[in-house]
Amino acid sequence: MRSINRFRPLFYVLLSVYALVTFIPFLWALSASFKSLPEIVSGGIHFIPKHFTLDNYQTIFKQEPMFSRWFMNSAFIAISVTVFNLLFNSMAGYALARIRFPGSTLMFYSILAMIMIPGQLTIIPSYLIIKELGWLNSYQAIIVPMAAQATYIFMMRQFFISFPKELEEAAELDGLGRFGLFFKVVLPLAKPALAAQTIFIFMGAWNEFLKPLMLMSDKSMFTLSVGLNTFKGQYISFWNYIMAASIIMTIPALLIYIFFNRFFVQGITFTGTK
Amino acid sequence: MARLKGKNKIRDLLSGYSFMAPTIIILGCFLLLPIGYAIYLSFHKVNLLGTVSYKFTGTANFERMVDDPRLWIALRNTVKYALIVVPAQTILSLVLASILNMKLRYRNFFRVAFYLPTVTSSAVLVLIFMWIYNSNGLLNYILESFGLPTYNWLGDPSVALLGIMIMNIWSTAPLFMVIYLAALQDIPENLYEAADIDGANGWQKFWRITVPQLKPVTFYVVVMGIIGTFQLFDQSYIFSAGSGGPNNATLTMVLLIYQYAFKSMDMGYASALAFLLAVVIMLITLIQRLIFKEERLN
Repeated sequence: MRSINRFRPLFYVLLSVYALVTFIPFLWALSASFKSLPEIVSGGIHFIPKHFTLDNYQTIFKQEPMFSRWFMNSAFIAISVTVFNLLFNSMAGYALARIRFPGSTLMFYSILAMIMIPGQLTIIPSYLIIKELGWLNSYQAIIVPMAAQATYIFMMRQFFISFPKELEEAAELDGLGRFGLFFKVVLPLAKPALAAQTIFIFMGAWNEFLKPLMLMSDKSMFTLSVGLNTFKGQYISFWNYIMAASIIMTIPALLIYIFFNRFFVQGITFTGTK
Repeated sequence: MARLKGKNKIRDLLSGYSFMAPTIIILGCFLLLPIGYAIYLSFHKVNLLGTVSYKFTGTANFERMVDDPRLWIALRNTVKYALIVVPAQTILSLVLASILNMKLRYRNFFRVAFYLPTVTSSAVLVLIFMWIYNSNGLLNYILESFGLPTYNWLGDPSVALLGIMIMNIWSTAPLFMVIYLAALQDIPENLYEAADIDGANGWQKFWRITVPQLKPVTFYVVVMGIIGTFQLFDQSYIFSAGSGGPNNATLTMVLLIYQYAFKSMDMGYASALAFLLAVVIMLITLIQRLIFKEERLN
């Protein structure tokens, strides 16, 4: 351990340098969002704005009346997708872990196989199916196909399998049926696994780009990620507005991350080593 | 007793299927059905005008790939991209994880901080980096102050892809860092203790114990990195406003598929490309799993 002690300062320097590398792009964006356009164009490199202004944030909501709508669309889609996944993935995971029924083994192996299917394969046929359903430019076009995900069904199944059976047996003696048991006993005890799922599913839905890009052509149905991209096309070189809009899009995901941070590592190592 | 068992069986059957019902419907309609549909589309010419109609064309869509110059450009970009990004992000994530794994103070702060890019949307990251990359932007300013040459990062075909590479190394290394961190904690402590008795220094321990012990995880990280480069889309799309430019420098496989499907409305050919891409990705995944399993058995 002596060698580590000798190099300790070096390691702190390395970590700090990389922390800077991580933060600088965000700080630079944050700084631009509080600067006026002339200050941005003048090109000086200073992180603290000379004339601190909130105009950019006000302008994007005023000049782009759709901006708040895009925010609401993103929020509605991300929250709905998260709620459905928490419910459906847990139900499926629980059934696969605990209930013996004809076809359950086949279903389990199908779920495992589905995890390996790359999303690119299903982009075009999904588009055609959704078009056939008449769902283009609707919320369900994004929400329904994302409402259950094989990876997290598997994760929940693994979680429930290592779950002590005794509690459920005791509750069963008390006369609770399968559904009562699931909602009253099992689900409340699955909070850590649900929290890990919440982060990944919410982030995935909030940040999703390709799906809304192809399914939503009506500007009022854009999500923030797609809206931001058209916004860039419209206000090209108005970096102060573009950065303010980017910061607004980052905040909700950031809050979820900070709030659920301790479940993060758990979730990644699970999805990473499955 | 037998009747009770039978009744239980029926109850399990009913509850099993009602618990699975939403999943069966959703994954059936939007995953299983599309897989079959994708294969069907690959062998057809699709007419989208009016009512959708299909014309069987055999392997024409696949034969067409050989003479498609843009496909070869996209493949070349992907290879170039993978050759730089995969090693760079793997080494970076291993180094960061190894340092974080030492019992340093504030390591939790650093871990949380480093992970930040991974939770930010790709749309936002691309815009932030375009702002940094613009001609009189932050990156050129930094390069200039060190006396290095500056570039037109967004418009110059020779560096545009490099711009996306730098951004991607920066944004995906933290994800793999967390995977490495977890693996590092699984390395038995007594290996290091034995090495201490033999008088090994930190550097030797890193090369002789840590790196070999992490081999399966490194393999996983490399494979995931390669698959990630095959799947690159958002970054190129936003960076080039959907064109893959300048001069096809940022054209990727998925962007090409998107362009054929939704710009030229050539869904048959686009599906054939997607089908081939999916087969390649699944083969890589499968090989990784097989080797990984063997590693675990040894």
